[in-house]
Amino acid sequence: VRWLVGTVTETIPETASAVTIRLDVSDWPGHRAGQHVDVRLTAEDGYQAERSYSIASAPGSEQLELTVVRIDDGEVSPYLASDLDVGDQLELRGPVGGYFVWEGADSRPVLLAGGGSGVVPLMAMLRHHAATASDAAMHLLYSARTTGDVLYREELDKLADDPRRAVTITLTREPADAAWGGHRGRVDTGLLGGAGWPAAVGPRCYVCGPDTFVEAVANMLVEMGHHPLNVKTERFGPTGG
Amino acid sequence: MSTAPFDGNASAGDLSDVFAFDVTVARTTCVVCGDTRALAELHAYTWSPGTVLRCATCDAVQVRLVRAADGRAWLDLTGVRVMQLPPGA
Repeated sequence: VRWLVGTVTETIPETASAVTIRLDVSDWPGHRAGQHVDVRLTAEDGYQAERSYSIASAPGSEQLELTVVRIDDGEVSPYLASDLDVGDQLELRGPVGGYFVWEGADSRPVLLAGGGSGVVPLMAMLRHHAATASDAAMHLLYSARTTGDVLYREELDKLADDPRRAVTITLTREPADAAWGGHRGRVDTGLLGGAGWPAAVGPRCYVCGPDTFVEAVANMLVEMGHHPLNVKTERFGPTGG
Repeated sequence: MSTAPFDGNASAGDLSDVFAFDVTVARTTCVVCGDTRALAELHAYTWSPGTVLRCATCDAVQVRLVRAADGRAWLDLTGVRVMQLPPGA
């Protein structure tokens, strides 16, 4: 897969630590929902650092969108999340990764389970679902720390305003006295059962987030009877960003 | 946490330079424990000098890819007993 050059056209703050970068990429070959790109930064002395970032925009969007969460001691994310300006150029390789992908033509129900920034590739799937008016039912179960950490909150509300889509958010560290009326606590089998479908229906499950989240949720789904081949995972690292 | 995958999904870019198809959708069988799953779900160590993929079950090294500055590459698949390729690969 070739390296391409993307030009930043807009940076959109999502939360205190996350930003969406909108890019114009000439010769972008198009992507599938769930794929990612490798981003390469080169320092003046020639040192290079490379990281993978999930694509947040739907296939067919005019511009490519990446949502990056800043890791304060990371090598790449502080620059992407804080120092990028409109007009800056980034080296990109992609789209890559054909495993964690939802094909819009698939009509089976889809359960998306995201922890933290693991919601980013799932957002591409939801956006693709809306853009193609898919007949498949698609439900997102999204675990975030606090209301201030929830990515795409307004857009998720709009996306959920359709009988084929649903969004359930659970917060793990929202202060007890906060005005949050939704779910609290980690994803468990009760939440998965409520947001998803019985294993007999054979929904496709996509689980993305930190290692511990993915491990726990994928194991729960298999214990609930879902076939391991119907449970696709992508793990985001606690380090290295 | 970051938005950077660190499982086999994250190695798709580097491996795309070596394989003519998307090898992350291939399923590998671990030579040590026999666990079989998509390469995308192996545990990846991409910040070492090269790419190392370890078995998600027993942690044995399945795949190593190292590339030199002059472009030569070394691909070590000793840890893979069988690789099941997708249709069309």
